[in-house]
Amino acid sequence: MLVEAGHFALALALGLSLIQFLVPLWGARANDPVLMAVAPTSALAVFACIVFSFLALTYAYLASDFSVLNVVQNSHSAKPLIYKISGVWGNHEGSMLLWVLILALFGAVVAISRNSIPMRLQANTLAVQAAVTIAFLLFILMTSNPFTRVVPAALEGQDLNPLLQDPGLAIHPPLLYIGYVGFSISFAFACAALIDGRIDAVWARIVRPWTLGAWAFLTLGIAMGSYWAYYELGWGGWWFWDPVENASLMPWLAGTALVHSTVVMEKRDALKVWTILLAILTFSLSLLGTFLVRSGVLTSVHSFAVDPERGTFILGILILFIGGSLALFAWRAPMLKQGGLFAPVSREGALVVNNLFLATACATVFIGTLYPLALEVLTGEKISVGAPFFNFTFLPLIVPLLLLLPLGQTLAWKRGNFLGTAQRLYAVFGLSILATIAMFAVTYDGPMAAPLGIGLGLYLVLGSLNEIVTRAWSKGTPLSVAWRKARGLPRSAWGTAIAHAGVGLTVIGIAATAWGIEAIGSLKVGERLKGGDYEVRLERVVPRVEANYREEAAVLTVFSSGRELGTLETMKRLYVTRGMPTTEAGILTVGLGQVYASIGDAQPDGSIGVRLYHKPLVLLIWIGSLVMAIGGGISLTDRRLRIGAPVPAKTMPPNAVPAE
Amino acid sequence: MTRKQRRLTLIGVAGCVLAVALGLVLYAMNDTIVFFNSPVDIQAKSVQPGTRIRLGGLVKEGSVQRGADQQITFEVMDAEAVIKVNYKGLLPDLFREGQGVVAEGILESPSAFRADSVLAKHDENYMPREVADTLKKQGHWQGEANAAPKTQ
Repeated sequence: MLVEAGHFALALALGLSLIQFLVPLWGARANDPVLMAVAPTSALAVFACIVFSFLALTYAYLASDFSVLNVVQNSHSAKPLIYKISGVWGNHEGSMLLWVLILALFGAVVAISRNSIPMRLQANTLAVQAAVTIAFLLFILMTSNPFTRVVPAALEGQDLNPLLQDPGLAIHPPLLYIGYVGFSISFAFACAALIDGRIDAVWARIVRPWTLGAWAFLTLGIAMGSYWAYYELGWGGWWFWDPVENASLMPWLAGTALVHSTVVMEKRDALKVWTILLAILTFSLSLLGTFLVRSGVLTSVHSFAVDPERGTFILGILILFIGGSLALFAWRAPMLKQGGLFAPVSREGALVVNNLFLATACATVFIGTLYPLALEVLTGEKISVGAPFFNFTFLPLIVPLLLLLPLGQTLAWKRGNFLGTAQRLYAVFGLSILATIAMFAVTYDGPMAAPLGIGLGLYLVLGSLNEIVTRAWSKGTPLSVAWRKARGLPRSAWGTAIAHAGVGLTVIGIAATAWGIEAIGSLKVGERLKGGDYEVRLERVVPRVEANYREEAAVLTVFSSGRELGTLETMKRLYVTRGMPTTEAGILTVGLGQVYASIGDAQPDGSIGVRLYHKPLVLLIWIGSLVMAIGGGISLTDRRLRIGAPVPAKTMPPNAVPAE
Repeated sequence: MTRKQRRLTLIGVAGCVLAVALGLVLYAMNDTIVFFNSPVDIQAKSVQPGTRIRLGGLVKEGSVQRGADQQITFEVMDAEAVIKVNYKGLLPDLFREGQGVVAEGILESPSAFRADSVLAKHDENYMPREVADTLKKQGHWQGEANAAPKTQ
């Protein structure tokens, strides 16, 4: 009964979305405040319906209702509780439901912030948001209904894909979706501005927190996905340039550019048309990501049971929204008032360079990801574009950007002085170069990439530190005054510095992988495997039986230069219901580095294959991403975003109606 | 600087970055792309030894041999040809005799292949998409029996 109610709520949400789309759009055109006021109300109603629907599905999972097809295919009565909950979105239908849930959530939040957003803009924005919701609700109801019943009901479920039976499933998809879908708000605001034909610094100030929030969540979602793949797949890699990963990296790169271009627009009233285009492109790339991952054109753990009808439907949505918004852009953008130009050497000039590099880097990822698909469709030839392609094209575009980053961060607005700025960074240059040379001296026969990359990362961290220090302290200032000044700096200045330092930490973590060590061998109990300074000894192999799997766990003692560091456990599991084996890597964290081991099959002579890695500083990759997201979060609490935009009375549109 | 000069500077810089990016992409396309081949493709297209390729097909029943220190050899076959693969490392969880596999590495001779990675990255149907397509093309596809349950 509840399941049918959930299904009905979804259909009701579709009807309400239609109202949320048509009425406010008409109201904004006819300038009718009553019609425009329908937007927030209907957005909240849509959200309530979808929440109900989502809870109904969750209930079906919790109660192991095996008369629902989706539950039968993806759950099992013996599955632990946390995977019963997270399993709701661990499948195609449920994950699309989570998608629209977050879409509606964002609409609801826009609806309740009615005091800080001009009414017309809010009405148009919610109408565009409703259009996206309609498309995805139709998609769910027509091709991916999670509430389909099976008659007769099954006695037992087929269990969730074992790779997904991990706490990561509870965290990664929601974070990633908040990021992906969050960009729909920037997109809706951009389309609303185009429909209205008006755009100004106030618009940028309203849009910025949404973009920044979505960006921070996407950063966390990608980092979480990367760490999950790292420990779950047992290959020891944290990024494979897999199309599924690129699908999330592209909106991230475009979103990063968008976060920066809205600053220019807000502060200098420039880059308007570009910012609008970027907002459209960022969400288009999110949609493209959804298409790539969900349509089944790529094979991965993300593409659940594939149905060509779904792929075609998402492709239709993709074409409709990307084509539609770009057409709207082409039609209306020339009517937007151009902003002022500015000096090339200035903060805004540096931000333009940032946008240029990020957009170009994003384009290379786009080509590398879609070229194989296009080639296969056109010629039938199958190729693979892997890490070498991206290392060759992406890195040469990102490294100069990172080299320029501290300079841009230090440059003044309007009229910067390049030499003066460089002078403020002398200490940073000096220290980073010294550190790089020192690392070369210590590891003279090691790989070149590690010291250079770590030097670059250090330069970014020190550059951010320098920015805060030089703004708060100059020669002769007592420390207490400097501390007060530092605390008085705008939160956005802190956020910027922290996020950029996070980039530096991630760069250090990535560069240090060049020092990593890998060893492989077959071990019997008591035998050792050596990799560099590290060594493991196979202590014992323990068989275990758990509720929905059985496993063989290998217990390994880890030694570093002969000293015992601790033990780790790596498992080979067999999930009984699906008959699917998985490997669980064993990880021992040593400082910021990790010793990582995974086991293979047993050999005829009784030994087992063991792969051993030492990954120095590897945790910095994810810690850096976390720091980036925290920086974004701190920026969000900036006074000027918290308080809202002051709108001088005379710039109010003549016929604006105050919100009641 | 005048408005015009500023605009030209911007366009100039953008042009340079885009040109560099385009150059990198075109160069990398020539150099880093790996083609997917089934054993019969290697004979038909006479792929040169020393080329880096992705080899896909079925693991021949009974061909997997494990040597010391995780030295593994197995044979990848399609309907018409067989290639022997050498690999040192751990095989993926979903690697099975008689099932599909994709190996990436260097073709050493027309009938021997040195793999540096072996993928069985696919869903529960035990069949990488490329391999399934090849088999369908050759008329040997019988995979529907173990395909995922369909929505009614």
